Amino acid sequence: MIEQEQTIEMISVEDLINKVHSFHDEGFRLVHICCSREGDGFELTYSFDKDLVMSHLRIPADQNTPVPSISRIYLASFVYENEIADLYGIPFAGIAVDYKGTFIRTSVPHPFGTPQIEVVKRRPDETGGKA
Amino acid sequence: MSRQIIVPFGPQHPVLPEPIHLDLVLEDERVVEAIPSIGYIHRGLEKLVEKRDFRDYVFISERICGICSFIHGATYCQGVEKIMGVEIPRRAEFLRAIWSEHSRMHSHLLWLGCFADSMGYENLFMNCWKVREKILDVMERTTGGRIIQGVNRVGGVSKDIDAEELKRIASGIPELRADFTELTRIFDEDLTVQTRTKGIGMLPRDKAWDLGAVGPVLRGSGHAVDTRCTGYGAYDELDFKPVVRNESDCYARCMVRAEELFTSLDLVEKAIDRIPAGDILTKVRGNPTGEFHARAEQPRGEVIHYVKANGKKNLVRHRVRTPTLANVPPLVHMLAGCELADVPVIVLTIDPCIGCMER
Repeated sequence: MIEQEQTIEMISVEDLINKVHSFHDEGFRLVHICCSREGDGFELTYSFDKDLVMSHLRIPADQNTPVPSISRIYLASFVYENEIADLYGIPFAGIAVDYKGTFIRTSVPHPFGTPQIEVVKRRPDETGGKA
Repeated sequence: MSRQIIVPFGPQHPVLPEPIHLDLVLEDERVVEAIPSIGYIHRGLEKLVEKRDFRDYVFISERICGICSFIHGATYCQGVEKIMGVEIPRRAEFLRAIWSEHSRMHSHLLWLGCFADSMGYENLFMNCWKVREKILDVMERTTGGRIIQGVNRVGGVSKDIDAEELKRIASGIPELRADFTELTRIFDEDLTVQTRTKGIGMLPRDKAWDLGAVGPVLRGSGHAVDTRCTGYGAYDELDFKPVVRNESDCYARCMVRAEELFTSLDLVEKAIDRIPAGDILTKVRGNPTGEFHARAEQPRGEVIHYVKANGKKNLVRHRVRTPTLANVPPLVHMLAGCELADVPVIVLTIDPCIGCMER
């Protein structure tokens, strides 16, 4: 098996747009944006690919500070940004196609943004027949 | 300018086995814009990783999809094995490649059948699925499961294929090749298929790259990008050339899948020829620590399994970027400017797997 090194460059939120612009200008393809919990906050990892080698950028994030959208550079990012906004509650500023919280329909708001989801089971008679 | 109306497409539609909704903005019969909506069957499987032992989670990762389940399981294992520093037996890597290629063939045949059906070509649909049964029979004989195999383990695989069975699979290859040749000929030459696919759903080469397309959608627009070329697993020893077409239309995406059937057969043949003897499972001790973006080529394109662990038995994060999610922005581009009657055919050419996409 051929091993591939994966380096993740930590950057500040302010540098994000410039860095993503350089990836775009160098002909990289946006692979995905991944959000994960880190301590009390979150981190967003932007992955790019060129010639089958992946490069990653990482920024810190929280649920109160909007992250600049990269959808003006990579339009495809709108699916990942809407998904993260719906699942983690991290706001994005200036998404090209903003679903405003309706991209992924969830029964609890921002289910991935909390360490523990509390599932409340109700009997049909308590919900008026609705599941 | 004509009056614009919005026609809903889905979430329930005869060509869609799973729910996705498109708001089609029409001027007369022409689509001006398509706005996708997903999230009808979001299961939150990624969140479940925080509750389950990382070894047990292999079975959940296989259930992300009911078509390319094997490759989901294998890629998840690949990620966990990497952060644990586990080197799996070479034979296990070859077995994974054999099953992965069978998964690809069954998925492509399933898609070719559904695609024929979307054009009203019922008997071609039945022929594709008839051939697919032969692939599923091999999967069932070797793993016990037709769709969900359940043989992936962190550290290798749980079932071996003995020499006699390998010989039996190899002996079935000429018959499958003849079947594929006949099916490909129909897709390539038939007037119905050509009328419904050629010059329709255009995705120019630069747009495909810019919009992050993957798999046959990207290769149908002239990019020779196939994750198997990174040489993960046994693919470093199984040389092949990605199938590429330059027409950038529905026909190109269809033919990429049809021709990939032959590539998969060649890869199975090579893997059977070169598979080494030995163990199939390495014992894994301890818990994982670290993070890794594992990737593999699924029938629909590149899949990413990001795993992150902190030394406990549950992973902290498992993120799956499925090929269908990556192919949604290119689909929106393909639909703009097409005729309403072509929408089902165009939607199918990304081979949408909504179960995968929603996870």
